[in-house]
Amino acid sequence: MGLQVRGLSVRFGQTTAVSGVDFSVADGEVLGLLGPSGCGKSTLLRAIAGLERPQAGTITWNGADLDRVPVHRRGFGMVFQDGQLFPHRDVAGNVEFALRMQGMGRARRTGRVAELLDLVGLAGQQRRRVTHLSGGEAQRVALARALAADPRLLLLDEPLTALDRMLREQLVVELAEWLAGQSTTAIVVTHDHEEAFTLADRVAVMARGQVLQVDTPERLRQCPADDEVAAFLGHKAGSRRSG
Amino acid sequence: MRMAIFGRAVPSSADTPRPGEPRNRWAGKRRTARWGRSAATVAAATIVLGFLGLFFAWPVAAIIGLGLGGGVSETLTNVRTWDLVAFTLGQAAASTALALVAGMPLAYVLARVAVPGKALLRAVITVPFVLPTLVVGMAFRTLLGTGDGGSTSALFGIVLANAFFNVSVVARTVGGLWTHLDRRTEDAARSLGACGLRVFTAVTLPALRPALGSAVAVVFLFCSTSFGVVLVLGGGTYRTLETEIYLRTVRLLDLSGAAALSLLQLAAVVAALVIAAVARRRRETALQLRSADDTARRPRGAEWFVVSAAGMVVLGLLVPIAGLLIRSVSTRDGWSLAGYRALSGTGSGAVLEVSGWEAAWNSLRTAADATWMSLLLGLLAIAVLVGIRRRAAAEVVDAALMLPLGVSAVTVGFGYLVTLQFLPGDVRTSPLLVPFAQALVVTPLVVRMVLPVVRAIDDRLRQAAATLGASPWRVRWEIDVPLAARSVLAAAGFGFVVALGEFGATSFLARPEAPTLPVAIARLLARPGELNLQMAYAACALLMLVTALAVLAVERLRVRTETVGEF
Repeated sequence: MGLQVRGLSVRFGQTTAVSGVDFSVADGEVLGLLGPSGCGKSTLLRAIAGLERPQAGTITWNGADLDRVPVHRRGFGMVFQDGQLFPHRDVAGNVEFALRMQGMGRARRTGRVAELLDLVGLAGQQRRRVTHLSGGEAQRVALARALAADPRLLLLDEPLTALDRMLREQLVVELAEWLAGQSTTAIVVTHDHEEAFTLADRVAVMARGQVLQVDTPERLRQCPADDEVAAFLGHKAGSRRSG
Repeated sequence: MRMAIFGRAVPSSADTPRPGEPRNRWAGKRRTARWGRSAATVAAATIVLGFLGLFFAWPVAAIIGLGLGGGVSETLTNVRTWDLVAFTLGQAAASTALALVAGMPLAYVLARVAVPGKALLRAVITVPFVLPTLVVGMAFRTLLGTGDGGSTSALFGIVLANAFFNVSVVARTVGGLWTHLDRRTEDAARSLGACGLRVFTAVTLPALRPALGSAVAVVFLFCSTSFGVVLVLGGGTYRTLETEIYLRTVRLLDLSGAAALSLLQLAAVVAALVIAAVARRRRETALQLRSADDTARRPRGAEWFVVSAAGMVVLGLLVPIAGLLIRSVSTRDGWSLAGYRALSGTGSGAVLEVSGWEAAWNSLRTAADATWMSLLLGLLAIAVLVGIRRRAAAEVVDAALMLPLGVSAVTVGFGYLVTLQFLPGDVRTSPLLVPFAQALVVTPLVVRMVLPVVRAIDDRLRQAAATLGASPWRVRWEIDVPLAARSVLAAAGFGFVVALGEFGATSFLARPEAPTLPVAIARLLARPGELNLQMAYAACALLMLVTALAVLAVERLRVRTETVGEF
């Protein structure tokens, strides 16, 4: 069943950030939310996390409405664009945060943290201060922190945008492997279509608060729904030919 | 009441909501949670406003009522009143100008020069600001050798002493903004051919204007309500509104005249606060700011002149302090610790009802009480201010909280005498009365120091904690509390020191059998006798020592926190 979004709209005062969006994410699927900056994709993600209150529409998980479920009870993990690691806690303190919130004992936490750091390639770095991490390391810690509580849905908000190009290309591959390896259900927000196509099973293309097309990377490449999608995916020449 | 209403945060990028980002941080929460939170906010607001109402608004209103009762027109038409106003404003203007001239080189050094031991420098600059006014008055009296005051040198002393206090306000308010100004703008001007001075007047000074405006307003406010200094140095000749209110109340029992003067002063204070608020607002919105590390470097060329000027100012700040210390151990017959020994007694002719050490103990206990009260009130007030979502409403509450700083301590203390008899129980003789009055002065300081830090916490940290399963209260506990803890400790340290030195309201309210150290000093000074004078100087030295230690402790905290507030 997974996640169902129906007719979702989010407004800030006069501006409509998300308007009438429908899509679904199946269990174990990775969905990419792709669009230019300011198209509302981050707001949509935050609404799913419960950080924004939608004005209309519903968000359901396995058929249960999430409208009345507060952020901390949704069981959705989130990775923010620039990590948002807790500066007053070390690497282990960040990773184990969700486990502490669940009331897990210290011994079990220690084991789980070691496991997670191993997974993201930072084994043995428990005691490092997060303010001394490089950008790539910080995002790895942020991912480990979000994965710690075994979230039923992982929300990634431009997780690699703040990194430099080399690192991004390396991490995007690793991230794709992690997501596939854990068979995680996830939504990845990005403005980079290569990134979206590498990470996601299906990609939703957004513009002006609306979802223009949801499809697999291959089908999006081969038959974009309209000129706008084609233009955004860099198929200007193709769209002119067909038009 | 002399204390900081500056030290507003330099806004971080996280402080201003980005376009498209919600202002409402808890959007998406269940309605019940929202109700719970607003109920808590209302409860906190009730406690804070209740305290302010009972121990500030009511006494002040009672004074105003008393003034309107009769004396106003009579007092306002009296020529002597306007002489008083003119002198009050004149000495305040002169003191402010001097503090500005002396403070600017220090601000420059704090902001732009890489010097070792900056924490110590900052502490040295700060000590004068938190010294008890009475001690400073004494220090300048020693320095200038004036007896009972009234001479030209006494006038000079008043201006010097007021400036001495407030140099740190200028240095830290202006220096705080200067630190965060982008140095590359100045470098760009220099590369276009402007000389050093030209760069300063054309580029730096306009950028600093908001901080300058705020500093000037605040310093002017402090100088025009300066009490202890004028009382000690001015003798009978030089009087300000503040000392005149005191004299009329205590000596002449002319309550309605005093009330009329209080009213006049209140009007001036509100005007000054409005000006300061306007200046602050511009400062918060208009500037490109950078983190502090990028802007300090070794001085070169003509910059050394500014650095040496700053050195002279620091020396100038140390002279009165050293003079006081020397005076405390020297008598007509040479060096002696007689004053310190006398602290174990009650002064010659038993001026005090308790010994000097008991007075010191009273001071420490009272200040400790005032500190926990103001921490409690201050943190509640911050919870309220953070909870208020409309910016305009938050600013009004903020300004109201600052008001006790600006209103004459004498007016408040005087108001207590009028209103407290109506309260049930025996508040007037309660040992908590003095701490209440001191908490009124210290609470705004706590708010000023902690609020910017809480506001600067990136909201997305709280959101991250929420997505990891932390409930709203747990978020506060896990994120806000640890991140603001150091600033709370620092505020407690400063608050303690300020309460320790508070004289205006305390002198009204402290009972004869339980004087604080500043009150004891004032009593010792009021009686003739070499030993009493010597004992007063020793008590000043003691007070200064405790103050300096507390400030150094706070500076250590500050260095490790690197918070964005200036104080």
